[in-house]
Amino acid sequence: MSEELERLSRFVKSGRVSRREFMVAAVAAGVTVASASTMFAKLARAEPKAGGHFKLGIGAGSTTDSIDPQTYLDTYMQSVGHSVFSYLTEVDPDGKLVGELAEEWDVSPDAKVWTFKLRPGIEFHNGKTFTAEDAVNSINHHRGPDSKSAAKGIVDAIEDVKADGPNTIVITLKGGNADFAYLLDDYHLAMMPTKDGKADASGIGTGAYILDRIDYGVTAVVKKNPNYWKSGRGWFDTVEFLAIKDVAARTNALNTGQIHAMDRCDLKTIHLLERNKNLEIVSITGTQHYTIPMLVDQAPFDNVDVRTALKYAIDREKLVETILRGYGAPGNDHPISPANRYFAKDLEQRRYDPDKAKHHLKKAGFETLQVDLSTADAAFSGAVDTAVLYKEHAAAAGIDINVVREPNDGYWENVWMKKPWSFCYWSGRPTEDWMFSLAYSADANWNDTHWKNPRFNELLVEARAELDEKKRAQMYAEMQALCRDDGGTVMPMYANYVNALSKKVGHGKMGNNWDLDGLRAAERWWFAEA
Amino acid sequence: MSKVVKMTAQRLALGLLVLWVVSLVIFLAVSFLPGDIATEMLGQSATPETVAALRRELGLDLPLHTRYVEWLGGLLHGDFGHSLANRREISELLGTRTLNTLFLAGVAALISVPLALALGILAALYRNSFFDRAVNVATLSSISFPEFFVAYILIVIFAVRLGWFPSISSIGPGMPLLDRLHAVALPALTLTLVVVAHMMRMTRAAIINLLASPYIEMAALKGMSRGRIILHHALPNALAPIINVVVLNLAYLVVGVVVVEVVFVYPGLGQLMVDSVQKRDVPVVQACSLLFAATYILLNLSADVLSILTNPRLMHPR
Repeated sequence: MSEELERLSRFVKSGRVSRREFMVAAVAAGVTVASASTMFAKLARAEPKAGGHFKLGIGAGSTTDSIDPQTYLDTYMQSVGHSVFSYLTEVDPDGKLVGELAEEWDVSPDAKVWTFKLRPGIEFHNGKTFTAEDAVNSINHHRGPDSKSAAKGIVDAIEDVKADGPNTIVITLKGGNADFAYLLDDYHLAMMPTKDGKADASGIGTGAYILDRIDYGVTAVVKKNPNYWKSGRGWFDTVEFLAIKDVAARTNALNTGQIHAMDRCDLKTIHLLERNKNLEIVSITGTQHYTIPMLVDQAPFDNVDVRTALKYAIDREKLVETILRGYGAPGNDHPISPANRYFAKDLEQRRYDPDKAKHHLKKAGFETLQVDLSTADAAFSGAVDTAVLYKEHAAAAGIDINVVREPNDGYWENVWMKKPWSFCYWSGRPTEDWMFSLAYSADANWNDTHWKNPRFNELLVEARAELDEKKRAQMYAEMQALCRDDGGTVMPMYANYVNALSKKVGHGKMGNNWDLDGLRAAERWWFAEA
Repeated sequence: MSKVVKMTAQRLALGLLVLWVVSLVIFLAVSFLPGDIATEMLGQSATPETVAALRRELGLDLPLHTRYVEWLGGLLHGDFGHSLANRREISELLGTRTLNTLFLAGVAALISVPLALALGILAALYRNSFFDRAVNVATLSSISFPEFFVAYILIVIFAVRLGWFPSISSIGPGMPLLDRLHAVALPALTLTLVVVAHMMRMTRAAIINLLASPYIEMAALKGMSRGRIILHHALPNALAPIINVVVLNLAYLVVGVVVVEVVFVYPGLGQLMVDSVQKRDVPVVQACSLLFAATYILLNLSADVLSILTNPRLMHPR
C-alpha cells in the first residue's frame, strides 16, 4: 500500500474521510474501483468496539493439556496462554520486536549480557504487582537439570538470570546471541507470579483476560481483565476457546455461526468456503514450511549432485497450486521464510528443470536413479499426494521415485530421521539462528539430514553474536544459499496460516510469527458490531 | 430365585477376571506403541535431557512389570491414579466425561429402544406389507452408512439448512436440561439411526418366528385379533432374544460412539480415550478401557438375568 493510501486508511478508520473521498483517492493511486470499495468496507469495519462473547474454534487441544506453560504443545494452549499471560517482549504485526512487560533493554557489545527494564506498576490477576523477582522465577521455571520444559532448548543458553532492583533483570548468556530478546517472545516463557520462591503456574498472569474456567481438550473461557494496561487491546468481554480438532466440524460450526473464527481451514474444500459471503478468509505466509529431508551420509544422497538433481526435479509452483490450493508459496530449499527478518530476497528461486536435473545426475555418474521416498500424512496433510506428484515430476528427469507409504502412528519415531528420505514439517521459528540451530547445525538434535557443512556451522556461531544488522543479513543470506545448494533438504513449499473469520469480527494487520495473528487473536481482534 | 443370585455372583467374579485380563492386554498394547508420553508431550522441542527428566519424574524409567504392579496395587485400593500428562486425578477426569457419555447414550436409548420395539412389532403385525418393506429398507440403509456420513447428512439438513440444532454439541457445567437436550439432539439422532435397525429386525424376527407355533394358531382359531395375539401371546415369549439385542446396542451406545463424538465435538469418554492413546497416557487409557469393559460385562449380565426372569421355564427348572 502506498504511503498516501495508508494515511487515508487511517482517516477512514477514525471516520474523517467519506467513502466517496476515499474511492477517488484510491482509484487515483492505481487501485481498481471494485477493490477500493472492498477496502473501504474493510477499513470502516476496522473501527474497534468493545464487548461481546467471542468464540474461537481451534483445530488442536487435548485432554492431556495443562495450563503450565512448560507443556504448551499446540495452537490451543498457546492461544489460551497468550490471552492469560504476558511475555517480556512481543513481535508486533509488522514483525518488529517491541517490549511487552519489558519496557526497554540494553545489550553488551558481545551480545552476552542483556539488561531488561520492566514496566512498573503492572498487576497480576490476583492483585500482586509484577516485579523483577517474578520475571526471574518465571524464566527459572524452565531451567535446571530436572527441567521438563519444552523451552529448555531456549533457556539452556542462559548462564545466569538475576534481579537488579525491583524493575530490572540482568540475563547473562553462555555465548553471545543477538536475537535473545526475540526468544523471550516464545510462548513458553510466560510471566507468572511468585509463590513460595517459585513461579506459580496455576494460570494467573498479567494478560488481557482472566482465566475463568478450562476443561482441557474441550473449552476454555476467559473474561476481560479490567486492569489491563495496553490500550487498544483486549476488546471482548469474554472469549471462549473451543478445541475442535475435526476440520469438518470446525467448518460447520463457523458456517452455522456457532463460532466466530477458526484456524486451519480445509484447503480441499476452501473454494466452497470462499463462496460464503459472511466469511473472510485470511491467508498469511508465516514461517511454517514442509520439507523432504534426505540423510546426506547415506548413498546416493551423499553426493551433492544427486541432491541438486532431486531439488531440480520437483515442480514447486504446481505443488502450491494443487496441494495448498494456492494458499502457500514455493520454497527455495532453505528454512528461512519471507516472514523472517533476514530472508534472502535476492537469492534466486529454484525452479523445476528436468534438464538441469539430468545434467546433475550425469555429473554424479548416474544415467537413471531409483530412490525410495517414505511418506505419510502424519508429516503434513497432503504429504502422500505430494510424494506421488513428485514422482511424476521427477520421472521427466529420469529419476524413478518409489513412494513408500508409511503408517501415520509412530511416523516421527520410526520413519523421520530413520529412513534415508522422508517427509517432515516445521512450524518454523521467528529467528534465523533458532531455526538453523534447531535442525541444520551439525550437532542439532533434530538435524534431520545429518548435514555437516563446516562453513555453515562457522557462520552460524559468528552470526549469532553479531550485533551489526548489515553483517548479519549478509551472513544469513550466505547460509541460506549454502542450505539451498549443498543442504540435504528439499523444501517444496511454505504453507500459509489460513484462518476463516466471520465478517462480524474486526482485525488489524495480522502477525505472521505464529498462527492466529501471532497467537494473539483474543487480544487483538474485536467485534465490528458488538 | 437363589439360582439367579448364585449365577450373578459367579458371573461377577468371572467379570473381575476378564477386567484383569483387559487391563493387562491394554497395558501391554499401549507399551508396544512407538514413543511414550515424554516424547509425545515434548514434541519437536524435546531435548534428550528433558525427555529423560520427564521419564524420571513419571516413573517411566522403571521396568514394565514394576509399573504394572504399582498401578494394580493403587487400583485395588480404589485409586485410579493420576494422569501422566497433567497430574490430575483420573477419577475426577473421568467423572464429568462419564456423565456426558451416559447422558448422550441415555437420550439415544430413550428414543431408539421404544422406536425400534414399536417398529418391530408393527412390522411383524403387517408382515410383507408396504409398511414392513419401507421400515426395513429405511432402517437397513441408515445402518449401512458409516456413522460420520449419517452425522454429516443430519448436520447439512438440521444445522446448516434448517438451523434447528447446533452442529457442535458444546455442553458446559450448570446448563439447564432443556438446553442440554437441544445440544445433543443431532448426535442422539445419529446414534438412533445407527442402532434402530438391529433392534427392530430382531424384534420382528423373534415375533414372526413364534407366529408359526401351534399355540398362536390356536389363539387365532379362537378368533383373537392379530394385535392381541402379538402383544399378549407372542411378545412375552420373544422377550429373551429382544432383551439381548437391546442390551448389546445399549453397550454400543456407551462404548462405540467415538466417531460421533468427534464429529459433534462432544466431550465424552471416547474423545478422552483417543486423546490419551495419542499421548500414551497409560493410566487414563487403562481407566477408560476398564470402564468400557465393565459396561459390557454388567450389561451382558443384566441381559442374562432379565432373560431368565422373563422365562418361567428357566426360573423354575425341574
